[in-house]
Amino acid sequence: MADTSTVARTADGSRGVRYGLRALVVVYLVLLVGWPVSLVVRGAFADGLETLRTALSDPSVVFALQLTASVAVQVVVLNTLFGVGISLLLVRYDFPGKSLLNALLDLPLSVSPIVVGLSLVLVYGKDGWFGGTLESAGMQVIFAPPGIVLATAFVCLPLVIREVVPVLTEIGTDEELAATSLGATWFQTFRRITLPAIRWAVVYGVVLTLARALGEFGAVKVVSGNFEGRTQTSTLLVEQRYQDFEQGTAFAVAFLLASVSVACIVAVTFLRSDSPSSPKATS
Amino acid sequence: MSIEIRNVRKTFGDFVALDDVSVSVPTGRLTALLGPSGGGKSTLLRVVAGLEQPDAGTVEIEGRDATNLPARRRNVGFVFQHYAAFKHLSVARNVAFGLEIRRTPKAETAERVDELLRLVHLESFAHRLPSQLSGGQRQRMALARALAIRPSVLLLDEPFGALDAKVRKELRDWLRRLHDEIPVTTVFVTHDQEEALEVADEIVVVNEGRIEQVGSPDDLYDRPANDFVMGFLGPVTRLGGVLVRPHDVAVEVVAGDVETAGAPADDGAPGSVRGVVSRTTRVGFEVRAEVTTADEVVSVVVTRAEARTLGLEAGVAVRLTPAEGAPTAAAPREEAVGVG
Amino acid sequence: MTSTVAERPGRAARERRPAPAAPGRRRRTPNGPYRLTAASGLGLGVSLLWFSALALIPLVAVLVETSAGGWPAFVAAVTQPQTAAALTLTVTQALAVTAVNVVMGTVIAWVLVRDRFPGKRLVEVLIDIPFALPTIVAGLVLLALYGPSGPLGVDVANTRTAVFLAFLFVTLPFVVRSVQPVLAELDRDVEEAAASLGASRFTTFRRVVLPALAPAITAGAALSFARAISEYGALVLLSGNLPMRTEVGSVRILSYLENGQPAQAAAVASVLLLVSLLVIATIQLVQRRVARRG
Repeated sequence: MADTSTVARTADGSRGVRYGLRALVVVYLVLLVGWPVSLVVRGAFADGLETLRTALSDPSVVFALQLTASVAVQVVVLNTLFGVGISLLLVRYDFPGKSLLNALLDLPLSVSPIVVGLSLVLVYGKDGWFGGTLESAGMQVIFAPPGIVLATAFVCLPLVIREVVPVLTEIGTDEELAATSLGATWFQTFRRITLPAIRWAVVYGVVLTLARALGEFGAVKVVSGNFEGRTQTSTLLVEQRYQDFEQGTAFAVAFLLASVSVACIVAVTFLRSDSPSSPKATS
Repeated sequence: MSIEIRNVRKTFGDFVALDDVSVSVPTGRLTALLGPSGGGKSTLLRVVAGLEQPDAGTVEIEGRDATNLPARRRNVGFVFQHYAAFKHLSVARNVAFGLEIRRTPKAETAERVDELLRLVHLESFAHRLPSQLSGGQRQRMALARALAIRPSVLLLDEPFGALDAKVRKELRDWLRRLHDEIPVTTVFVTHDQEEALEVADEIVVVNEGRIEQVGSPDDLYDRPANDFVMGFLGPVTRLGGVLVRPHDVAVEVVAGDVETAGAPADDGAPGSVRGVVSRTTRVGFEVRAEVTTADEVVSVVVTRAEARTLGLEAGVAVRLTPAEGAPTAAAPREEAVGVG
Repeated sequence: MTSTVAERPGRAARERRPAPAAPGRRRRTPNGPYRLTAASGLGLGVSLLWFSALALIPLVAVLVETSAGGWPAFVAAVTQPQTAAALTLTVTQALAVTAVNVVMGTVIAWVLVRDRFPGKRLVEVLIDIPFALPTIVAGLVLLALYGPSGPLGVDVANTRTAVFLAFLFVTLPFVVRSVQPVLAELDRDVEEAAASLGASRFTTFRRVVLPALAPAITAGAALSFARAISEYGALVLLSGNLPMRTEVGSVRILSYLENGQPAQAAAVASVLLLVSLLVIATIQLVQRRVARRG
């Protein structure tokens, strides 16, 4: 995949066409993404760090940030465990319905977050399929933090899997078999051979999950009830403050969320293309 | 007997990889499983290692029934065609792996790793990563790794298949010498008959899931059990309904015109055939001639000196006779079998 | 040339299926997929339980809730004027946006792969931003430039254009990231052969490159469409959610739910859900076709 030779070879059309396309792309992206984002960044720092400080002195804001962080951590843990496990099963084992499961695991990426929230309410809400039983057992899911965790976990479900599966497929079973032939138990093989081989894929999956979990809005709005100081996450807070004309706070929190999410994604992009231990490096 | 395989059967879906295979592998010897690709030899090896479960039959290793033992409890060393190096571990850690798994005390592990690295001449690479080694070096590391656990049996699956020709030859000799030094029962799989003939004490020819013949290299080359074994172990040509080696055909120039060529010689020895040389090629010190007879095209190999003496060239009428005492096998019905 | 965005259908989903015949790849030993053992069977069971409880059962519940009222109730809910307007708006804007993305996405991918200029890395980051940003923040971001206090003097807040704009923003990466890896791996020899046979650059692009990119474009377009009709957060502040004017499907569902009409909410949700399933099926089909072509 030689990027340089790609350009050095055949002249892709006249220079006019090349510059024209380049200009078109730059203008499009600046108008759609670049300029709007820079305006928000400027808005967040309009009064220097004052806006940020005021925002952070509001206990509801602090609570929302903590809630978002706590939910994100729980979702990362849950989905990493599930993700690695299901990836191993999908790649190394054969069972009936495997291709169906494969396809279904992609579902959360194409479903509307409102539908996600609705579906969870229908099942775990007070009048839901399991909700009634759960609440009488003392476990409230909807309009409480557990519901937020579930909703966020739902939308983030495929992210770790989509990173780990290609790597597992590519490295094949040779090393694992070699370890077995040398006397390693399944767990020893997993810990010493498989896990190190997929560690970067897991890292990327975790970072992507984190970015997504921080930013979830629609699904959380439906299941949380948006109770300030109890179930209001950072994204919900941004909406509320903006609608209450407290734009400064809204921008400040929005900027915080955005910078973490964007940093995550950017980090993954650059790490992935530069990493020498990436599975793309030929051995 | 180190390994006893009895009535093993293995299928993959509809494909029968091993069909009622039984064979004994002698202790302390270097045995080759030889055969064409897809013939079942790798499968057989993996069944012995425990990396495949047979559908039927038993496997005994050193007198113990190993059929139901998982791979990691069989104490066999396995070397893979593509090295299966642990990419994230150094050469020394790779070799130490089996020992670390068994919780061998560090000092002992270090000593043994040292010993093995010296044995395979990789002592200066101890702290390198596998990716920094050449293919041949990686395979030597894989061997050291397998030997570290003091296996009762050493299994190698086309160990030199991924290497280029020169390295392959070197490692072949090296394996033979290593085995002389450390006479662990060794079984290796190959599809290269030259490799098997050069290296092995005993050869098991496997084809289409069945054992064709078991014996020493000489046995197999000089007394092949059937046409497949003969054809696989060396060049063959077909003369009057039997398979012979091209260098085992006696050539006589006969006077006479082209028309009588091909007629069964009534004045020659039994089994001789008349024909006309259609082509000669000089390869090194050999001369290969193709002789057209009534039924077939026969490949004949003679030395340069003989060719000169006989005056062998295209258009010459000759009489061909299988040499006295030469190994033959009944020829299969089908098309002509070529040289090599 | 790699892509970060997880929603790339091409690479990840294709390689998710343990390739039985990966062309050109050194084939591993023939024992890749193992049969389930007791331990792994248990693992599978637990995973399936988690997956069902989290996603499968809830989604089924939506369909069940819809069918509870039978066909007439479903039709009534979906054809209710406000809902019908919302759904129509959603679909038409999503289609329009997808069309734009197909063109712009391919162009952007082309420039990223075939062109070289300083600041290209910045372009890569810009493309990832819509995927990284929380959707509510995306709304704020667009409002900053295209809202009442925007420096351009353009104000699309509370108009249909806002819906179009919001969709365009959030779906930006899909076609690009889908086409990019395919374009990068394209064998240039074929294009050179076409040129040697007399084809103009444009003809070569149309007859050689485009057909090769078609599956990737299709997959990206499918994801783009699905994402657009699902969008909620970016619209909330930007479009004003005016009934009959700028209200989209997802907003409708939420208001049904807030008014204690879960059955109607489920009905609209089912429509969106079915489209999602169709999208996934399309992508799987495309993958299979591509894999067969080898």
